[in-house]
Amino acid sequence: MNERSFLVRNPSVLIFIGLLAMFTLVATVLSEGLGVGIVSTSFIKTLGKTLCLCLVAIAMDLVWGYCGILSLGHFAFFGLGGYMIGMWLMYERTRGIVVESLSGVEIPPTPAEIDAAIGNQIFGVVGSSDFPAIWAVASSLPAQMALVILVPGLLALVFGWLAFRSRVTGVYLSILTQAMTLALALYLFQNDSGLRGNNGLSGLQNVPGADGVSQAVVSVWFLWGSALALGLGYLLVAWVVSGKFGSVIRGIRDDEARVRFLGYSVEGYKLFVFVLSAVIAGIAGALYYPQAGIINPAEMAPIASIYLAVWVAIGGRGRLYGAVIGAAFVSLVSTWFTSGQVPSVNLGFYTINWVDWWQVVLGLSFVLVTLFAPKGIGGLFDLVTGRIAPDRGGADLGPGDGALREQEAEK
Amino acid sequence: MRLILVVLLALAGFSVPVAAQNAPVQALLQEFGAQVAKPSRKTIQPVIDALAGSGLAEMPRVLEAWGERELWRRKSDELFFRGIEEEDRTLRIFDLDTDAELGVFPRADFKQAKPNSGVQALISTALVRFQLSDPDPARRAEALLAIQRGAQAAHLGPLRASIEGETDSDLRALKERLAGLLTITYDTDSNARLSAIEMVSTDLGVDVRAALNPLVATTRDAVVGSEPGPGNIAAIIEPGSDMSAEDAYDFLAEKGLVPARISDGEIHAALAANIEEGRVGGVPLAQLSDPTSRLTAYDGLADANLVPPRVRPGDIELALSSHTIFDTYSDPDPLVTDAAHKALSSIETRVGFNQALDLSLDALSLASIYFLAAIGLAITFGVMGVINMAHGEFIMMGAYTGYVVQQFVPDYTLSIIIALPLAFAVTFGAGVAMERLVIRWLYHRPLETLLATFGISIALQQLAKNIFGTQARPLTSPGWLDGAWVLNDVVSISYIRIAIFVLALMFLGLFLFIMKRTRLGLETRAVTQNPRMAGAMGINPDRVNMLTFGLGSGIAGVAGVAIGLFAKVTSELGSDYIVQSFMTVVVGGVGNIWGALAGAAMIGFLQKGIEWFNPSNTLAAQTYMIIFIIIFIQFRPRGIIALKGRAAGD
Repeated sequence: MNERSFLVRNPSVLIFIGLLAMFTLVATVLSEGLGVGIVSTSFIKTLGKTLCLCLVAIAMDLVWGYCGILSLGHFAFFGLGGYMIGMWLMYERTRGIVVESLSGVEIPPTPAEIDAAIGNQIFGVVGSSDFPAIWAVASSLPAQMALVILVPGLLALVFGWLAFRSRVTGVYLSILTQAMTLALALYLFQNDSGLRGNNGLSGLQNVPGADGVSQAVVSVWFLWGSALALGLGYLLVAWVVSGKFGSVIRGIRDDEARVRFLGYSVEGYKLFVFVLSAVIAGIAGALYYPQAGIINPAEMAPIASIYLAVWVAIGGRGRLYGAVIGAAFVSLVSTWFTSGQVPSVNLGFYTINWVDWWQVVLGLSFVLVTLFAPKGIGGLFDLVTGRIAPDRGGADLGPGDGALREQEAEK
Repeated sequence: MRLILVVLLALAGFSVPVAAQNAPVQALLQEFGAQVAKPSRKTIQPVIDALAGSGLAEMPRVLEAWGERELWRRKSDELFFRGIEEEDRTLRIFDLDTDAELGVFPRADFKQAKPNSGVQALISTALVRFQLSDPDPARRAEALLAIQRGAQAAHLGPLRASIEGETDSDLRALKERLAGLLTITYDTDSNARLSAIEMVSTDLGVDVRAALNPLVATTRDAVVGSEPGPGNIAAIIEPGSDMSAEDAYDFLAEKGLVPARISDGEIHAALAANIEEGRVGGVPLAQLSDPTSRLTAYDGLADANLVPPRVRPGDIELALSSHTIFDTYSDPDPLVTDAAHKALSSIETRVGFNQALDLSLDALSLASIYFLAAIGLAITFGVMGVINMAHGEFIMMGAYTGYVVQQFVPDYTLSIIIALPLAFAVTFGAGVAMERLVIRWLYHRPLETLLATFGISIALQQLAKNIFGTQARPLTSPGWLDGAWVLNDVVSISYIRIAIFVLALMFLGLFLFIMKRTRLGLETRAVTQNPRMAGAMGINPDRVNMLTFGLGSGIAGVAGVAIGLFAKVTSELGSDYIVQSFMTVVVGGVGNIWGALAGAAMIGFLQKGIEWFNPSNTLAAQTYMIIFIIIFIQFRPRGIIALKGRAAGD
């Protein structure tokens, strides 16, 4: 078994990366910025953002589909990543504007004066002009990029350590993660949190140092960056869940107590997976928000993280391509329906306006998927590969839901 | 007709001499004739004082008539009368001294004395002294209220004088209290003020603090030398500890005792104004981005006498050591200010205690709201172990049911009485339907129950938005729930909160009754503990689960009506409460109603407690509360009241 390489054992990784590369290439060729201009810049941005959402869905799939931790707080990490890169983008861009506006005056400004002017520009909306301590390294791109990884990672580490240590599992853990993201969002909503309260950070689509480059080109750059991150993230997670480590975390998902009695440090495994997925979510956020242009605490509301779970569930959890398909499919279809481009249906006595009714359809279809197609869209691939699960009839042989049942064991 | 005219004429002829003879009121009014007829706010006070102080028994009536604009002056002989306007441009005229009716006359013969609102206020103040000893207690209470609203030094004497003859004990206490407050503010005798301060030092009223606070108010001043004064010194300010050295120096500069510091902005402006051939004060412009070379340049300008010299740190120290900054009381008597301080701090302690009481009441009502929102969850999640993310939407459905009922039943009391059972019925039905259609198939997959019910939750929310729109709908409470139960000036609680508290208690009782005393409760507990064994005993677990879930949902609907009474009914009403509700159940301990009660109490008191530390910021309070709960779960993962043994399920 060890002789076969990782890629041979996981053909889906190669297929996925090939498809992703093709998609990126086609999008680039059709784009306004670098190609023939069939696809508009705003749609290129939507595609780039969707790739980031696919990445965070992979992180969600890792932690939920493979390790059984239904985290309802992954958008907190996603948002934190966005905030960290947003701080640099906003600081540098404001600095550029301030320096330019001060270059005309006779007496050259002191560094303190420039700093004060930037602070005034950024924090004027919340009635302040001083830089809070958390902006200490906002002027440095490498430092903020490190924070993109460190801040979500540390939050996940502390939260996960506290939660797993006291063996909070199942729905309790879900509620606790939901509380975490709610607490973070409420905290950031305050004006004195240092991140501009409910105004959030804005103007993130302007990349400092690329003033001469049009948004059409920048959007393609970000599409490439997002595609690269998605490809690497897919590769990394696929590698993590294959092999022995993957077996252990799947074991934890199916029966935590049994894995613990086999001598594995369940808490350590869970903590690693939780932190890794938080870091991936942070990176995805750092790529998402420069394309969205604005970030505010509402993005971290608990509902966003629940939607993330919805995407993964619809796509099919426990398989990485399922998460990608779910995120891409649901978010693109949602965008399409809520943008008002779908024609209304006239029933004679009532006209169904999809902007109003899409949420109802989404919610109900979600119930239907959970009830009748627990494998999600990804389950369709099983029909092609012939990987049909055994008919799990009969009584449980073991204590948990994942245990073999009588008829399986007899085969 | 003719007869009447004759009589009228006779009366008119008769009245003239009476008004002129032996009429002290009329005589006094004639003394100030023009001023009474055309009063001016600025000059009328001495006139009013003279009238009110005349000691004439008729004077209150006269002043009142004047204030009510019922004082008329006859054009022919300039005599004053009380006149009431009648139909057909006539006046019914009364004599001022005897109050005898003199008859009806054409209005054109008279001129009205028209005091403006300012003068009217002065007149009513003067009237107060008469009203204070009025035989009618209602009038006396009215007068006291008038004094309370606009107290003046002049009120003090009459008020004190009226205490002696007061027969009503409530009014007497009120008068004594008010006299004490006026003494504090207006009396010149220190001993009287001291005893008055002593007397009110246990009083919680806002007006007491308003009377005492001016006594301890200070003004800051500075002198050259080390001797503060003159005046009643409150404190000597130590620069460096009481205020920063820079602030102290700036204060001295503000008082004109020392030259002001030159700010960075002023330096910048001075430099910009003195640029010569690319240099300022001998320093090239390009170097001025460095703060130290800016100072060098400014000093260069100062040496050339172009700008005032900078204040250096040494100058600040020198100035501070040679000056004294101090606070003085506006009241010159140290005994009075000390007593006021003491009284204020004693009041402050009492206010603090009462505020804690008030906060506890607030926390109790918040806890009962959380309890109401969570009690349905305590059944579905706590007892059955089903995560129902649509629980908040059931609360919302209950609230909208109440709103719809009010559209058809205009009487608010009746509509609430109809809405409560109807909301129960609607959400009971919704709960049963949801259990049968969705949750039943997912009992072995709790995480998926969570997601499926979340799907229902967003669908229901959007449905409510489509039906009722996004704007908030009112759910009006009956009139008898308006207002508040006021214990004193600090502690009060609105009736609606008391009603919610009572409702929460009723639900607690109902829940306990159903669970411990009814067949359904017994079966529910049996099914929860071991469905197979319960099934073997002849219980139908499916039916029991369905009914239990319906019960929990129905209670959520009733809670929705209660919550809708004080919160605006929107489609997001439920989602505002869902996380807190789950917290309540998780913190309290699953599977136990007392746990939900303890959880609600803890979260309610905690949130109010944190808000007390930082009252302006409820967002922060919620954040810290959630963080606290996350940490709390570390130490009691199974909640405050944890089930033990077999009931715990493991």
